[in-house]
Amino acid sequence: MSIDAMNVTKQFGDFAALRDVSVSIDRGKLTALLGPSGGGKSTLLRIIAGLEKPDSGRVYIDGQDMTDVPARRRGIGFVFQHYAAFPHMTVWDNVAFGLRVAKADKVTTKRRVDELLELVHLAGLSRRYPSELSGGQRQRMALARALAVEPRLLLLDEPFGALDVKVREELRTWLRQLHEQVNATTVFVTHDQEEAMELADQIVLINAGQVEQIGPPEELYDHPATPFVMSFLGATTKLGDALVRPHDIEVLADTSHGSHQAMIERVLGLGFHSRVDAVLADGSTVTVQLTRAHAQQLELSVGDIVFLRQMPGTTVTAVAPSAAAEAVPDG
Amino acid sequence: MASRLLLRFGALGYLVVLLLAPVVMITYRTFEHGVAPVVSALSSPTAHHAIYLSILVTLIAVPLNVAFGLVAGVAIARRRMPAGRAVNLLVNLPFAMSPVVIGLALYTLYGRGGWLGDWLSAHGIQVLFSLPALVLATTFVSLPFVVREVVPVLEEIGTDQEQAAATLGAGSMTTFWRITLPALRWALAYGVVLTAARALGEFGAVSIVSGNIVGQTQTLPLLVEERFRNFDAVGAYSAGFALALISLFIVAAMTVLSRRKEH
Repeated sequence: MSIDAMNVTKQFGDFAALRDVSVSIDRGKLTALLGPSGGGKSTLLRIIAGLEKPDSGRVYIDGQDMTDVPARRRGIGFVFQHYAAFPHMTVWDNVAFGLRVAKADKVTTKRRVDELLELVHLAGLSRRYPSELSGGQRQRMALARALAVEPRLLLLDEPFGALDVKVREELRTWLRQLHEQVNATTVFVTHDQEEAMELADQIVLINAGQVEQIGPPEELYDHPATPFVMSFLGATTKLGDALVRPHDIEVLADTSHGSHQAMIERVLGLGFHSRVDAVLADGSTVTVQLTRAHAQQLELSVGDIVFLRQMPGTTVTAVAPSAAAEAVPDG
Repeated sequence: MASRLLLRFGALGYLVVLLLAPVVMITYRTFEHGVAPVVSALSSPTAHHAIYLSILVTLIAVPLNVAFGLVAGVAIARRRMPAGRAVNLLVNLPFAMSPVVIGLALYTLYGRGGWLGDWLSAHGIQVLFSLPALVLATTFVSLPFVVREVVPVLEEIGTDQEQAAATLGAGSMTTFWRITLPALRWALAYGVVLTAARALGEFGAVSIVSGNIVGQTQTLPLLVEERFRNFDAVGAYSAGFALALISLFIVAAMTVLSRRKEH
């Protein structure tokens, strides 16, 4: 199902969570709503789900105006960051909840629940209670529960946010596979740019209640619309008046057109790559990332004078307002 | 180490002197001359009626306060409206007022010349000195317990589970019965125990609005007091013991019931 949010605005007291946001999400895609904490991405997801009402603007699902339709009639599946498991029901009853509410017959319910528990690798734990499961298992149960009603739209609010790194990576890979299998339109919220880059077909980058950029991960990485997008999606360093990726800087022995003279301050071997910090004439420090072989070949040592140049054809944006530099993803 | 021991035994000793000693003493006095006087003191029609009436009033007041407590609890914890805040404040009123004053207040409202009393007696309804007055007074004084138990639990569990149920297609009634209510069962059980104990033991408000008519509006605490005044010590102790026994039974029953529904 496709989603169109048109001119959505949402205010919580004095805080503007969303300011005139318009987003289109294609059917069948896996889309990430990415951005720093408090940027409005969860609010947008909850408005799409019908768990929150926009102050103004409309939400269309498959071209149909759903703004005033309650959450339970939107045909969505929703997964919460903290699982929202029903603690007084077994895993099996949790997953069966939606089917029972819909008064599905017993045979269908049983078949579907068993099938889903198989899919999320919880078949052996169906008689347990949520309190007897690990975080990762609870979240898989929550996913199965959301999928039981065969939603047209699967919405996940920071689904892996409360899990440790290893489990998170496992579940990521697994969510990608699941998305292909169930063939629903999937939207997930994350503040982790790596997670978004790895999983999503399309990223909607949201900051301070507004959309910064929408597009496939490579497009956002290679052609960031704003300095904010560039610094949010990866490491950046300032070279003169430009914001550049540390691996997009050439280290030259002689001056050439557009190069900056710099003195090497530090050389760090970091396994497969090396990091070089150099000071420009204006006193600012530039970080350069090189392959280890390349660094050894250049024979760089502290105190050397070199010339730094941005590699032709690489991504660059004008230096951002200082806010961009601080907007390091917190995940 | 020594200070911790001192603290522990100090607290224990304080509780023993303050709470346990009087209870042990009255139990001892009750059975000082054996079981026979107790049985006979509790066998009179007056005693039977007082026990019956106390249980009856409690059985009416508890469901009323459970129903009200659930509705008010949800209103306070889930709806961000000014009415919720007003309810939250009003609910504490019975805690803040002396039961005797509550009794007087009901007396003036429902008695002759009261706003409701005259209108009701014109329609042939007698409130004071009859069962309705007992129920009103008892419900009033025991009103806050269920609400006060339910609200913190509702606030703690938050709205995630209820919203999850909504996204799975459940309407608000289904969500209430199958998600919210089960989450509240411990709070409710505890609220019921407190309400019932308070309702059974209520004296001050009831003594004013009941008229203390023997065999008609005399509850168990009223009987205890009357016997005590008439120097019938064993009779008073026995009635008091019966009161404690009923309370204990309620606590035990609720514990067993909520344990059975564990998970």
